[in-house]
Amino acid sequence: MRTTGRLAAALIALGLAAGAAPAQAEDRPTLTVYTYDSFVAEWGPGPKIEPLFEAECGCDLDFVGVEDGVALLSRLRLEGARSSADIVLGLDTNLVAEARATGLLASHGLKVEAPMLPGGWDDTTFVPYDWSYFAFVYDSEALKTPPASLHALVEDSDAEILIEDPRTSTPGLGLLLWMKKVYGDGAADAWEALRPRIVTVSTGWSEAYGLFKQGEAPMVFSYTTSPAYHIIAEGTERYKAAIFEEGHYMQVEVAAMLKGSDQPKLARQFLSFLLSDAVQAILPTTNWMYPVIAPKDGLPEAFAAPLDPAKALVYSPDEVAEHRDGWIREWLSAMSR
Amino acid sequence: MALAFRLLPGALSALVLALVIGGALGGVLSVAGRIDMAALLGDAYVLGILRFTVWQAFLSAALSVVIAIPVARALVRRQRFPGRALLIRLLGLPMVIPTIVGVLGLVAVYGRSGAINDLLAMAGTGARLDIYGLGGILIAHVFFNMPFATRLLLQGWAGIPGESFRLASQLGMTGGQIFRLIEWPMLRQIAPGVAGLVFLICFTSFSIVLVLGGGPPNATLEVAIYQALRFDFDLARVVAFGVLQVGLCALIVGAGHRLARSVPVELGLARDMPRPDLAAPAGRIGDAAAIAFAALMVLLPLAAIVASGVSGDAWGAATRAPLWFAALRSLAVGLCAGLLSCLIGAGLVLTARELGVRYRRPGLATAIELGGSLILVVPPFVIGAGLFILVQPVADVFAIGLVFVVIVNALMGLPFALRILMPPAMEVHERHLRLADGLGITGLTRLRLVDWPLLRRPLGLALALTTALSLGDFGVIALFGTRHNQTLPYLLYQQMGSYRMADAATTALILVGLCLALFIVIERGIGGRGHDRA
Repeated sequence: MRTTGRLAAALIALGLAAGAAPAQAEDRPTLTVYTYDSFVAEWGPGPKIEPLFEAECGCDLDFVGVEDGVALLSRLRLEGARSSADIVLGLDTNLVAEARATGLLASHGLKVEAPMLPGGWDDTTFVPYDWSYFAFVYDSEALKTPPASLHALVEDSDAEILIEDPRTSTPGLGLLLWMKKVYGDGAADAWEALRPRIVTVSTGWSEAYGLFKQGEAPMVFSYTTSPAYHIIAEGTERYKAAIFEEGHYMQVEVAAMLKGSDQPKLARQFLSFLLSDAVQAILPTTNWMYPVIAPKDGLPEAFAAPLDPAKALVYSPDEVAEHRDGWIREWLSAMSR
Repeated sequence: MALAFRLLPGALSALVLALVIGGALGGVLSVAGRIDMAALLGDAYVLGILRFTVWQAFLSAALSVVIAIPVARALVRRQRFPGRALLIRLLGLPMVIPTIVGVLGLVAVYGRSGAINDLLAMAGTGARLDIYGLGGILIAHVFFNMPFATRLLLQGWAGIPGESFRLASQLGMTGGQIFRLIEWPMLRQIAPGVAGLVFLICFTSFSIVLVLGGGPPNATLEVAIYQALRFDFDLARVVAFGVLQVGLCALIVGAGHRLARSVPVELGLARDMPRPDLAAPAGRIGDAAAIAFAALMVLLPLAAIVASGVSGDAWGAATRAPLWFAALRSLAVGLCAGLLSCLIGAGLVLTARELGVRYRRPGLATAIELGGSLILVVPPFVIGAGLFILVQPVADVFAIGLVFVVIVNALMGLPFALRILMPPAMEVHERHLRLADGLGITGLTRLRLVDWPLLRRPLGLALALTTALSLGDFGVIALFGTRHNQTLPYLLYQQMGSYRMADAATTALILVGLCLALFIVIERGIGGRGHDRA
């Protein structure tokens, strides 16, 4: 009993020491960036970007990681104008409308060039830093000939798939929008045709991908950049993205600065730094997405663009915000018929 | 005066609860719009989800307890078989491992490419097990909850005085008669509370229901809450959902508690009397089957977790400094949260038993436990966000992020502490109240001389479980997570979210190993060594 108490006390002291934040240097300004947690993981882009920017700005860059893009937006809304964030990094194009509506974000005032981004960029609030296409990733050992189009997958395939729920995840919403783009008013019937081969509809990307890696289905809804991870980090070509004729729905990740920032100059500097060659070269193999500007030294072969940019599909943020609830209900009723 | 003194511990605990929950709710309400319950109850989508939520939670609770009864009884009847003590420890594990880890473990066993389907294919049968659907939800909920329910029921059995069994021997009772006359009255008293707790846990089940439910209509209210936050950031609607969940669960679980019959406690001193009903071959076979079933139910998914945790470059993944920093941080947070949970819980229990036993108001005691348990169905976001809104103007939220996590995790562990401590504390009071009063043993002396020897074992279980629960909990850290206070589950989700499934499996294995170590160390340290009756 006595030893247990002492052991506990020692552990608590150790843990609190480990949890204490490192002392901040007093004489340098701090730029606080809110982002999602895999961006600041030890293998993510955060730790690589931090020293580069700090050397350039003479400031402290402080990353704060929350669960995901949605949690990021929730946190911003909770804090409102009192937020200690200068930058929010990691919203995607489907959250842009809601984020703009908070009125907390400032214009970036930069000239954004994003030559690798299909369709270019003209938004004055958000700066895109990376992007990818949604796609069905398949296990080539379990599935020899993947469907060549979304129509083929829906109408003429017996491959089972794992997908995410549009109510609780970004990829889930992405698939919903892709089906809507391709099928329009026929989307409900398409879902009904697809339904028997959906093994399950998971809460988030991680759950679906975990089930896929355990062999629960030969295909999972993910990104065209997923195979690059397996090729570069694991040295295997086993997992491939099925490229569909109709084109692919895209996801763009963006950053923005807050009106309430007490370091507007540094914030703007950071936003343009995101588009620098150094960062754009780091992002692909840490965040596993395409850069918006091709790095000077080229991209790893695994990141070769899979389709003609003219085939990139996307709804404007406002269209998504306007129709999302109705489309989700349509999906729900098709999935419960 | 005496009354005031006796109500003090519970009042203090209730005050802490009221401050935290009331404060959080006030914080959220200060920024939320008008709450419209009518709109919620008039929404066909919400009602459909609500129906399914209640239905699956009811089935899960009923199944978990119905299966736990023969398992606990078999463990009581068979005191000596190799591995019994370890099996009882392992029964605590499923409840505390992170959902995603448990789900992947279950899928490795029951999934389309799982072990069972592989066996069926090898045997050449055309049969195929499909886990996705209501069946999958129930398998998962039984896996997560039945083992813990078994441990709670074991406590009930431990409270039956040995004299009852001596009498049964003298009268030559059969196993059936013993069950009817001695064990069933105890179960009538204990089982409704156990079922109520499992119902509350399953009511807010989120990932399990979506991932294993297979179809979007199989969802719980948590999904609707998530939608309200994600798409509209409609805090008023989230609070309305919280009110709906708490109200409905209070009604349902309250009604369940009314099924409980209190039986007069027979005074007895003897423990561990030999039972007369152990020799019958049918009983032997039944007990062996029940124990084997429970062992397989728990061990197969755990074995899958271990197998995937040691595959690949597990050594490389397990020997990284950040992992062990996260583990230390998790242990510290977990121990603080566990201690706080048990402290608040003990306060409530001390007062509840005074009300229930001395003042003969068992209804009040039940109400206290129910009140403390309903925190399980308050949406965690409401508590987290509410505290956040309160604290943010006066303190740096990041600097005290871990303190937040400790407080919220302690609250989430409270229902477990209450359920573990309440029945034995009541029983001790029933037995010794008058004697201790007559001898003038009061206050701390009574706790030391009368309560401690009899309650240390449940207290050990309560502390181990609440600590381990906090260790495996990811919920709150997400809102307050920063780079500087990464915990084990946080690291696990980070790894899963960036393709590192193999590393995540190793992290999961270490997490599960730590939880098991906690059970062993804390239960031994506090509960004392000796024979594990419960």
